[in-house]
Amino acid sequence: MRLKRLGELCKRREGLEIRFILIQNRAGKTRLAKWYMQFDDDEKQKLIEEVHAVVTVRDAKHTNFVEFRNFKIIYRRYAGLYFCICVDVNDNNLAYLEAIHNFVEVLNEYFHNVCELDLVFNFYKVYTVVDEMFLAGEIRETSQTKVLKQLLMLQSLE
Amino acid sequence: MPGQRVFLHSRTLPVRMVAPSLKLQDLIEEIRGAKTQAQEREVIQKECAHIRASFRDGDPVHRHRQLAKLLYVHMLGYPAHFGQMECLKLIASSRFTDKRVGYLGAMLLLDERHDAHLLITNSIKNDLSQGIQPVQGLALCTLSTMGSAEMCRDLAPEVEKLLLQPSPYLRKKAILTAVHMIRKVPELSSVFLPPCVHLLHERHHGILLGTITLITELCERSPAALKHFRKVVPQLVQILRTLVTTGYSTEHSISGVSDPFLQVQILRLLRILGRNHEESSETMNDLLAQVATNTDTSRNAGNAVLFETVLTIMDIHSAAGLRVLAVNILGRFLLNSDRNIRYVALTSLLRLVQSDHSAVQRHRPTVVDCLQETDASLSRRALELSLALVNSSNVRAMMQELQAFLESCPPDLRADCASGILLAAERFAPTKRWHIDTILHVLTTAGTHVRDDAVANLTQLIGGAQELHAYSVRRLYNALAEDISQQPLVQVAAWCIGEYGDLLLEGNCEEIEPLQVDEEEVLALLEKVLQSHMSLPATRGYALTALMKLSTRLQGDNNRIRQVVSIYRSCLDVELQQRAVEYDTLFQKYDHMRAAILEKMPLVERDGPQADEEAKQSKEAAQLSEAAPAPTESQASQLLDLLDLLDRASGDAQHPPPLDPSPGGALVYLLDLPCAPPPPAPIPDLKVFEREGVQLNLSFIRPPENPALLLITITATNSSEGDVTNFICQAAVPKSLQLQLQAPSGNTVPARGGLPITQLFRILNPNKAPLRLKLRLTYNHFHQSVQEIFEVNNLPVESWQ
Repeated sequence: MRLKRLGELCKRREGLEIRFILIQNRAGKTRLAKWYMQFDDDEKQKLIEEVHAVVTVRDAKHTNFVEFRNFKIIYRRYAGLYFCICVDVNDNNLAYLEAIHNFVEVLNEYFHNVCELDLVFNFYKVYTVVDEMFLAGEIRETSQTKVLKQLLMLQSLE
Repeated sequence: MPGQRVFLHSRTLPVRMVAPSLKLQDLIEEIRGAKTQAQEREVIQKECAHIRASFRDGDPVHRHRQLAKLLYVHMLGYPAHFGQMECLKLIASSRFTDKRVGYLGAMLLLDERHDAHLLITNSIKNDLSQGIQPVQGLALCTLSTMGSAEMCRDLAPEVEKLLLQPSPYLRKKAILTAVHMIRKVPELSSVFLPPCVHLLHERHHGILLGTITLITELCERSPAALKHFRKVVPQLVQILRTLVTTGYSTEHSISGVSDPFLQVQILRLLRILGRNHEESSETMNDLLAQVATNTDTSRNAGNAVLFETVLTIMDIHSAAGLRVLAVNILGRFLLNSDRNIRYVALTSLLRLVQSDHSAVQRHRPTVVDCLQETDASLSRRALELSLALVNSSNVRAMMQELQAFLESCPPDLRADCASGILLAAERFAPTKRWHIDTILHVLTTAGTHVRDDAVANLTQLIGGAQELHAYSVRRLYNALAEDISQQPLVQVAAWCIGEYGDLLLEGNCEEIEPLQVDEEEVLALLEKVLQSHMSLPATRGYALTALMKLSTRLQGDNNRIRQVVSIYRSCLDVELQQRAVEYDTLFQKYDHMRAAILEKMPLVERDGPQADEEAKQSKEAAQLSEAAPAPTESQASQLLDLLDLLDRASGDAQHPPPLDPSPGGALVYLLDLPCAPPPPAPIPDLKVFEREGVQLNLSFIRPPENPALLLITITATNSSEGDVTNFICQAAVPKSLQLQLQAPSGNTVPARGGLPITQLFRILNPNKAPLRLKLRLTYNHFHQSVQEIFEVNNLPVESWQ
C-alpha cells in the first residue's frame, strides 16, 4: 500500500516554527504525536480530537491548509492516514507541504513500502525518523539519503 | 501482512515463573483484537497492572520492554505517569536499547512542569560528554524537546562544545538544540552567537540549514544581533546564488530544485535582515530577481521557493520593478491548477492590495474568476480581494460579476457580499439610477442579509434623486408585485409607493416600459403586505402609512383606505393600533389637514436622526391636530397678506416644497421634524410686544452644528388680572427663508404671572439673508378679542449672520 499525500501545518509560538506533528488515521487513532510545545495531557487530547474533526471533513475539493485556532494546520492524506503539521499563520505553506512529503518518502524507504501497520508496530522507530528530520520544531535534515543512512546506523546498534 | 515486523529486541527472554509479560508486538496485537472500546480498555488496564508490578519489582532486563508497552498505551490516550521514574533508570543504564526507550519516554512523559525532569540533567550531561555519537544524538534530541530553562542553563557548555565537533551528524543536532535553548533562556544568545559566522562557511547542507535557523532565531530576539548579522548578507546572497545556479549536492534536490528548504530558510533570513534597511535590501535585489525568474515552477517545491521569494520582495525595500515582478508571480499562481497555490496567492494579494494597488489591478479578471472556487476559504478570499479592487473605472463591470456571484454564493458569504456591494456602490456609483438599480438588485437577491441601514440609505437616495422618482417607484412596484417576502425591499417599496403613488399611476416614464397600474391594484398590493404573515411589524407600519399617504395622492375616493385603517384600530400590535387610530382621527376630525400632513417629505439630512420618519411625523401630526385650531379661509388670506409685505413666495424648487397647493395655507405650521435640543447660545432675548400686561418675548438659539438654523422661542406671559385665552401666534418670514412652527405649549396664560405659553419657531436661513419677522397674535383678554399684527424690529444681527 502506497501512502498518498497529506499535508499539515505546524503552529509556531514565540519563534517556534512547528508546534506539533500528528499522524492520525481516519478513525481518529493517533499513530504519532510529537509535541514541540508544552501542553497538558488533557490539552493534548483535546487538540488531537479537534484536529481530527477539522481535517477529516475535508476532501479533494479543499486546499491542504486549514485555519485552526490562531494557527494553521498543513495536512496531507495518504491512504487512511492524515499527516498534520501545525505552524504559525505566517509560515510558508508550500514549504511545509514539501516537508511532509519528504518525511513520508523517508518512511516509505525505511519500512519498504510502508503501511499503517508498520507505523503501529514500530511506533518508537517512527519517532526516531521524526527526530532525524525535525528537531526543536525546525526542519533538520532534508536529504533523504542522509537520513536513511543515519537510521540504518542506529538500527544496527540494537 | 506486508512489510517486516522488527522486534523490539531479538534476544529470547528467560521465562518467568509468574505470568510472562507480553512482548510489545503481542500487546499491540491484543489491543487491536479488541472489538469494542470497553474491551480495549480492559486489556490495557490488565497490562498496565502488570507493568506497574514489574516496575515495583525492579526488573532491569525487561524494563525497556515494559516502558515501550507503556508508551504505546500512552499514545492511544491512556495515563502513563507511573512510568516517569522508569525513564530515568533506563536513561542511566549503559545499554543503547535501554537509553533509546528511556529517552523516548522522557520526551513523551516528562515535561518541565514535573519536578522529576530535572533528574535527568545529570544523565544527559554524562551522555553528552562521554557517550557514543548515537547516544549523544539521543541526548541532544531529548534536551531540545523537553529541556526546561534550568536544564538549558546547566547544559549550555556541553552543547557549545558539540557545535565545534567534526562530526556533522552531531553538529546539526547541536545547532538546533542551541535554537531551543535560546528560546528558553534568551541570555544564552551570547554563548551561541560567536560560532555562527564560522558555521556559515560550512558546505554541509544540514549544518547550513541549522545555522541559518539559529541566526534567524538570534536576529528575531535581539536588535543588536540583527545589526551584527547584517554583515553576512553578502555571504548569504552568495550561498543562495550558488544553490540556484549550480547546486551543492544532488542528494538534496527535490523535484529538480536544489534543496528548497535551505533556499526558503535563507530567503526568510534575508527578509528579516533586509527589512527597513536600504543597504541590505539593495544587495539582495539582483539575487531575488534571479531566483524569481530561474526557479522551476512545474512542481510544488519550486513554487514554495518562489512564494518565499515573493514574500521577501514585498517586505524589504525593493525596487519598483521587482515588486511588480512579485505581484505578477502571484498573478500567475492564481492561474495554477493546484488549489493550494491559488490559496497562497490570494492570501498574499490581499495583503498587498493596499500598498501595490495598481499592480494587483492588472490581475483583476483572474481574481474574479476565482469567485467560482468550490473551497469556501478560497472564494471568501477572492470576494474580499474583488471588493478591494473595485474603483471608479471598473465599477460597472465588477458589480455585474459580484451581483452574479451574490445570486449563487454560499449562504455564509452572502451577508459580506451584499454589504460589500452596497458599500462599493455608494463609493463609486457612476449615476444615481445605476446606484438605485444596484441596491434594488441586492435587495431582491439577498434582502434578508443586508444590514439594517440599507433601507434608510435607499430611501435617502431615492428621495434625493427627484428625477428618478417615477422610475424608482415603478421598479419597486414591479419588484413588490413579484415578491413580498424580502423585508427590506418591501419596506422601501411601501415607502416609495406611498410617497410617489401619483407618479406610479401616471403611466409614462421614459426609462422603463409603460406600465398601466390602476389604483385598486396598488391598494390591493399594500393590503396584501399588511396582511401577510411574512411581514415584520415595522414593515406593516410602513404599509399602513403608505396607504394613508395614498389617500391624498390618488384620485378615487378613499373608502377602501378608510376601511383598512379602521380595521387596524383594533389591531393587537400596539404600534399599528396607534397609527391606525391617529390616521382614522385624521379622516374624521381633521380631514382638512390631511393633505398638509401627508405631503411629500422633505429630504432628510444624512446626519439627522435616523428614526422612522413616518412614526415621528404622524405622532407630531396627531399632537398638533389636538392643539392647533383649523385655519379658516380668512386667516389663510391674511397670512398671504403677511407674506406680501415681505416677499412673495412661490415655493422653493430645491426641496420638495413645504408650500404645496393645499387648503392649509401658504405656510406650513403643522409639519414638524424632530430636532435636537438646542444648545445654549449667547444671543440676547428680545421683548417684542406688550399690551395690558401681556408680554411677548423672543429668545434666539443658533445650534453650532447647523449654522443655517435659527431657533426662536416665543414666550407669552401675563401679569395682568385677567386670563388670556385662545392665544394663537402666527409668523411670516421672507421668501428666501423657511419657517416651521412647532405646537405651542398651550393657548391659555393664566392671570397674575401664570404659566406662560412657549412656542418654538425653526427658521432655515442657508443664504444668510437678513432676518425679518412678522407676527400676528390673536387672543381673548378681559372678554375682548385682541388681534395684533406687527413686524419685529431690532432683531439681533447674530440671529442671521
